[in-house]
Amino acid sequence: MTPDDLREEMEKALRGWDVDYVEVRIDETTSTRIVYRGRDLEEIGRSRSFGGNVRALYRGGWGFVSFNDPRDLRRRVEQAVAQARFVGREKSHLAEVEPVVAIVPLEVGKDPRLVPLARKKELLDQYNELIWSTPGVSSSNIFYSDAHKRVLFASSEGAFVQQERIDVTVRIGATARRNGDVQQASVSLGALNDYSFVETLHDEVQRVARRAVELLDAPYVKPGVYPVVLDPILAGVFCHEAFGHLSEADHIYENERLRELMVLGRRFGQPVLNIVDGAAVPGLRGSYRYDDEGVPAQKTYLIKEGVLVGRLHSRETAGKMGERPTGNARALDYRFPPIVRMTNTYIEPGDATFEQLIADIKEGVYACNWYGGTTSMEMFTFSAGEAYMIRNGRVAELLRPVKLTGNVFETLMNIDGIGRDLAFNQGGGCGKAGQMPLPVSNGSPHIRIRQCVVGER
Amino acid sequence: MLEELIDVALRRGAQEAEAFYSEVEETPVLFEANRLKQLNGRQVSGVALRVIVDGRLGAASSSRPGDVEGLVEMALEAAPYGPEAHFSFPAEDGYPQVETYDVAVEAFPLDDMVHLGQSLIDAVRRQQPELVCDASVRKAIHRVVGLNSNGGSFQYRRTIFSVGVHGTLVRGTDMLFVGDSQASCQAIRDGSAVVGEVLRQLRWAERTARVATGEMPVVFTPQGVAGALLGPLATAFSGRMVHQGQSPLAGRLGERLYDRRFSLWDDPTLPYRTGSRICDDEGVASRRLPLVEEGVVRHFLYDLQTAGMAGAEPTGHGSRGPGGQVGISPSCLVFSEGEMGLEELVREVGEGLVVEQLMGAGQGNVLGGDFSGNVLLGYKIEGGEVVGRVKDTVVAGNVHRLLAEALLALGRGRWVGGSLYVPPIAFARLSVAAKG
Repeated sequence: MTPDDLREEMEKALRGWDVDYVEVRIDETTSTRIVYRGRDLEEIGRSRSFGGNVRALYRGGWGFVSFNDPRDLRRRVEQAVAQARFVGREKSHLAEVEPVVAIVPLEVGKDPRLVPLARKKELLDQYNELIWSTPGVSSSNIFYSDAHKRVLFASSEGAFVQQERIDVTVRIGATARRNGDVQQASVSLGALNDYSFVETLHDEVQRVARRAVELLDAPYVKPGVYPVVLDPILAGVFCHEAFGHLSEADHIYENERLRELMVLGRRFGQPVLNIVDGAAVPGLRGSYRYDDEGVPAQKTYLIKEGVLVGRLHSRETAGKMGERPTGNARALDYRFPPIVRMTNTYIEPGDATFEQLIADIKEGVYACNWYGGTTSMEMFTFSAGEAYMIRNGRVAELLRPVKLTGNVFETLMNIDGIGRDLAFNQGGGCGKAGQMPLPVSNGSPHIRIRQCVVGER
Repeated sequence: MLEELIDVALRRGAQEAEAFYSEVEETPVLFEANRLKQLNGRQVSGVALRVIVDGRLGAASSSRPGDVEGLVEMALEAAPYGPEAHFSFPAEDGYPQVETYDVAVEAFPLDDMVHLGQSLIDAVRRQQPELVCDASVRKAIHRVVGLNSNGGSFQYRRTIFSVGVHGTLVRGTDMLFVGDSQASCQAIRDGSAVVGEVLRQLRWAERTARVATGEMPVVFTPQGVAGALLGPLATAFSGRMVHQGQSPLAGRLGERLYDRRFSLWDDPTLPYRTGSRICDDEGVASRRLPLVEEGVVRHFLYDLQTAGMAGAEPTGHGSRGPGGQVGISPSCLVFSEGEMGLEELVREVGEGLVVEQLMGAGQGNVLGGDFSGNVLLGYKIEGGEVVGRVKDTVVAGNVHRLLAEALLALGRGRWVGGSLYVPPIAFARLSVAAKG
């Protein structure tokens, strides 16, 4: 079936149901993945995922049906409607939005679908060879993927949205080993609708390989509390993990205590701190025109001058909290209902130079790059891929990778310096409620945290 | 459709071909903020095709119904650039009998699922009314069919039933997270085991306590073992990590590397576990595989390709990812156990820390067995009793070293998450750092 046929079927299937709301989403993703582990190419594969779902709302209860076969769509709608009616006992809250009808054209730079598989493999072979030609490297891993996705969405309110995107991601890692000591370095990169960055990674790959080897000779940090400066990548991840998830309204809207904690107007940081999320910021991994409920993308201030001023919503959380929807309802694919997710989350630039940020730090840690991290809303832990001591206002010796941990609220308050060099990390994927990896980007300039617990990784 | 796929692939020039079909029909009943919120019906399926052309492996997968042409074309396109195939698809078609299907799961009424879920929430909130709970009750039917051009053929059905409840308690900026879940191929009618675990967590977390920084005895609850220790431990037994020399166990088969009381095996033939199956996703027959016997390293886990590269026997641990790609993963891991229950173990230890949930596990040199993290849920032991919940506490260690040198006692095991049988484990000393 062509998209036009599907649209007709979807709109037909949605007519005439006695529920508060019902929607159909159908998506198709065609992807290529190439994986190296060590010297060997481990996998080269192509896949196509095709399927759809129906979501129905009746008196506050949801029904959700997912499937692969798009025929007999009306029967699927009937199932979801019956489920919603079985569950619904209260009142539906869905923030009002103007139903959008839009077919969004794909604006693509270099299209990975037009690059022959042979050419992609040749390039990755070069990168793998570059890693292995670095003395001291004991292993490598490379993950490449490109995926084209087309999503069709229609609702009982008359919305219809057709959107396409191409996600390109590359992760490159090197391992060095000496006498049972193992060190790793890696980089994750990505882009929306453009393959070209993949072609120019030679220097980056070499840097990663050398870094893994250098780490074998680096000293451990002396665990303790330090002033810490984060590079844009790590600061972006901090912003996403430690604060972003807290601002997702689905965590809050049904929990009275959390609503009190996350009340708008509450001070979370110093006046220099401004945090934004928005899919309307164009050209990034988390960018789109409409979310998976057909709500136009926006740019939402979460923290302005240190004060909580907004949060991320689906139509339901916005409706329930009496706030405006922000276009943050996203689904990984047809197997899942849309839930509140981040898009492009970043700390806005201030006016400090990097030199100014570290100038009055006598002994501190400069932590860069991202290795991993999680948050429990209250506490966070994340690891830096690279770290250096800061001594007397200067970046000093390379350290073994460090781990930063602490209380989210205290740490946000402790951010007291913000650089002017905003940069985005596009290599990440976010996970929530089993939906992973969802394309997002995180960004920040260099930031300074007055004090933070730093440990060995 | 699978026969057709293989025929078309062979006709278009593949020397060998293998097709794999899997289907899941799942009905989750989901509760949010203490009440029923959502009912789902998931019916998804997919087909994966692998071909060997001139000794090279091409792979493709599709969830588009009837996509024979697309699949063959994608797999053949990938093959010339694919990895060298170090195996042939197995010709087996005789498999052990393994119980994985319970008709009662399929027949389990929706109303009863709703009642079960609500009863979990109610039981937990009777003890702590301020708790905001999410819960889920799920039933699912999996169907798996595999076929290859060398005559290999398998199919089986598996039912899965799971229940879980998770609660959050917020006081100011202080947050407590408790929860437990249980899964089986058989219908679960009684949620009291799950409720009992959560009530214990609540009881133990009722008060707060502080530990001092230093080395101390630490008890990992079964959930703690599963969450914090299993990842770094299991990675070391992956045949791929061993073959690449990344596992610290590489080259050490037959050596006693752990305490004699520690044994570990993988057993997909156990009845009604969520990882039970007659064969793996490549058609290699299931069998009970000892990984560690009384401290001695006995086997590693292999899929076909890695076994071929390493010159080892395939062990039946090829497992398909969502894109149809084959990786290595355990089926049902079973730890050796002791006599003592968790509370007795705490008494035995006397002074120290209990770890139930660790945050930030999975970072660091996981390949080498390191783990570390913030204690998300953990308790202080004083005078043989749990005296309260600890916060702002970080633990770090190496799972291989702990199991070799610091094992104090293994307690009585239980199933965690359906396919993992783990005891609580007490270690004599672990490095603990506490703030303030």
